[in-house]
Amino acid sequence: MPDGRPEPSRPASSRPTSSRRSLLAGLGAAAAGISLGAAGLQGCARREKIGANGEEQKLNLYNWDTYTGKTTLADFKAATGVSVRMSLFASNDELFAKLRAGNPGFDVIVPSNEYVTRLRIAGLIQPLDLAKIPNRANMMPRFRNPPFDPGRRYSMPYTWLVLGIGYRKSKMDGVPDSWKWVMDSDRYAGRIGVFSEADDMIELGAKYLGYSVRHIPPAVIDQVADMYIRQKPYIKIFHHDEGQDLLLSGDIDIVMEYNGDIAQVMAEDPDLDFVVPREGSLLNSDCLCIPTGAPRPDNAHRFINFVLDGRNGAEIYETIKYPTPNAAALALMPADYRDNPVIFPPANVMARCEYADFEGLDRAHLFDETVTRIFAA
Amino acid sequence: MDESWRKAKAVFATLSAPPVIWLVVFFLAPLAIIWGYSFGNNKSLTEIAVDGTFANYVHAIKPLYMGIIFKSFWFALITTALCLVVGFPVAIAITFASQRSKAWLLLLIMLPFWTNLLIRTYALMAVLRTEGYINLTLAFFYNGLSRLTALTGHPLAMFQPLELLHNNFAVVFGLVYVQLPFMVLPLYAALDRLDRSLLEASLDLGAGHLTTFARVVIPLAVPGIISGVLVTLIPSVGAYLTPDLLGGPSSQMIANVIERQFKTANDWPFGAALSFLLMYMTFLAIAVQTILSRGRRGRREA
Repeated sequence: MPDGRPEPSRPASSRPTSSRRSLLAGLGAAAAGISLGAAGLQGCARREKIGANGEEQKLNLYNWDTYTGKTTLADFKAATGVSVRMSLFASNDELFAKLRAGNPGFDVIVPSNEYVTRLRIAGLIQPLDLAKIPNRANMMPRFRNPPFDPGRRYSMPYTWLVLGIGYRKSKMDGVPDSWKWVMDSDRYAGRIGVFSEADDMIELGAKYLGYSVRHIPPAVIDQVADMYIRQKPYIKIFHHDEGQDLLLSGDIDIVMEYNGDIAQVMAEDPDLDFVVPREGSLLNSDCLCIPTGAPRPDNAHRFINFVLDGRNGAEIYETIKYPTPNAAALALMPADYRDNPVIFPPANVMARCEYADFEGLDRAHLFDETVTRIFAA
Repeated sequence: MDESWRKAKAVFATLSAPPVIWLVVFFLAPLAIIWGYSFGNNKSLTEIAVDGTFANYVHAIKPLYMGIIFKSFWFALITTALCLVVGFPVAIAITFASQRSKAWLLLLIMLPFWTNLLIRTYALMAVLRTEGYINLTLAFFYNGLSRLTALTGHPLAMFQPLELLHNNFAVVFGLVYVQLPFMVLPLYAALDRLDRSLLEASLDLGAGHLTTFARVVIPLAVPGIISGVLVTLIPSVGAYLTPDLLGGPSSQMIANVIERQFKTANDWPFGAALSFLLMYMTFLAIAVQTILSRGRRGRREA
């Protein structure tokens, strides 16, 4: 464990101490992450030996919480002699804000798809030297040319995620396989959780109404806002990606969440399940990138190549339970992962899912004002 | 005389230099930068051009945002009123406690500051949630009662947990919990200075306890009340963590909107304008308070 927390001695199937995106929800984890994150960067002051590539034998990784395998970083050190210092962030905004004023010394970062675009436009990440990443051949074909990074010049896929509905089986009338049950119905009044992210809320609203998540017409944005405002009396909470914890604790029974997050709590409570609604949904993908001004770019490429290796990848997905974009790693995974319909929803539903694009700042401001209006209504 | 004054001035300057430099570099300068941003616009994802535009302020005084600011003030006013009602008896109790227990009681008031606000708020969530300590305790007694009535053949209906978390009640409750010490301490400071002989005089001259409280204690505590109200009201208006963690679908306060401008919306100029709009309003409140208290002093002296 890079951050010095004691390794939880749980079976591999149990849930990590806290989920990737709800850093704050695991308070202890947050405290440890923040303090040790700082310590990690301070630790950079200590000189490491110079490796054969002329770079110091270390690497600063900026990652989500509980998002590496149990031995990934140690294995990398054993394979290359490079020691990894990992700092943690809880949201893409935090990552963007950290890099906005200049790279404080990170070599590898793990932004989500839309932020890959934002970082690229802002010149905060650098093109990858693909010759140094031969393991990119392990990437599944559908991840080779994503709309947010055409031709994979700036990013390599680490995981992917899909938003859907997490629910408590015993409290539902059948499978809630439509966004209707969270956005447009009073059937589960007072037990509904909706994601508070402006983009996700509005894009999924448009999806429910039969539009694409990209280039949503202004009239549809208003229509989505009106729908949420009508739905508000039945919504218990607009959550910040701690939906799986609220579901587990019984505060709500049906919630908009990521498949990986729900897969983690399902291991604890067999009464929970997850479905991608039939209208389709939003895809996300967390990616490995090298920020502009990374002090050790060659080590960074070695690390990315290491992670894309089948066995090393399998070691990661075994722990974090997120869907893998890595065909070689998938082949090594046990059946309860490979055939898990939560981690890998059925193909006919996935066909209706799309990535969103970063459509400029004006769009971001419009989305923000729209949710401000929804929350204020 | 002149000589010693000059010397004292040098000493004064030397002593005050570090705090002044600190304030300028770490408070005024960043504040000035943000103030500058409030007159700027976004050139790209990371660049802001400060070109003296008032567009951000024009946007900020739209009814949508003024409504949210008004709501934030409303939450803050309720919080402040509750803090005053709860804090006044506490301050009086401390004032009239023995010298020894006074120190302990004050320590108890200060104790929450030793714990981070975030941790205290999470603790509050554990208390208030559907399966939290309050509901578990209530359920325990309710089910006990139900078992008793079942003996008579009339068991009670299933226990319905109280909805204590993720609503506006939780926000005000959380704010009162956080802000109470800020109300109690200035009240205590004012009451502790109070001349006890005035109370004795009032009681001796035939006023009851209530009359003495209303016509002697409260008027003398007014300076403490005003500073207590200010240090409770102002941070409450800008509360961010409490509505974020304890609030429900309609608990958005202005600080939450400002936060989003610096994060997902990536609109620092607008966020800066909203922040400064709030600050101008705060200055206005302090100015009004100063004028009021000056007027009161004037009347007393007249």
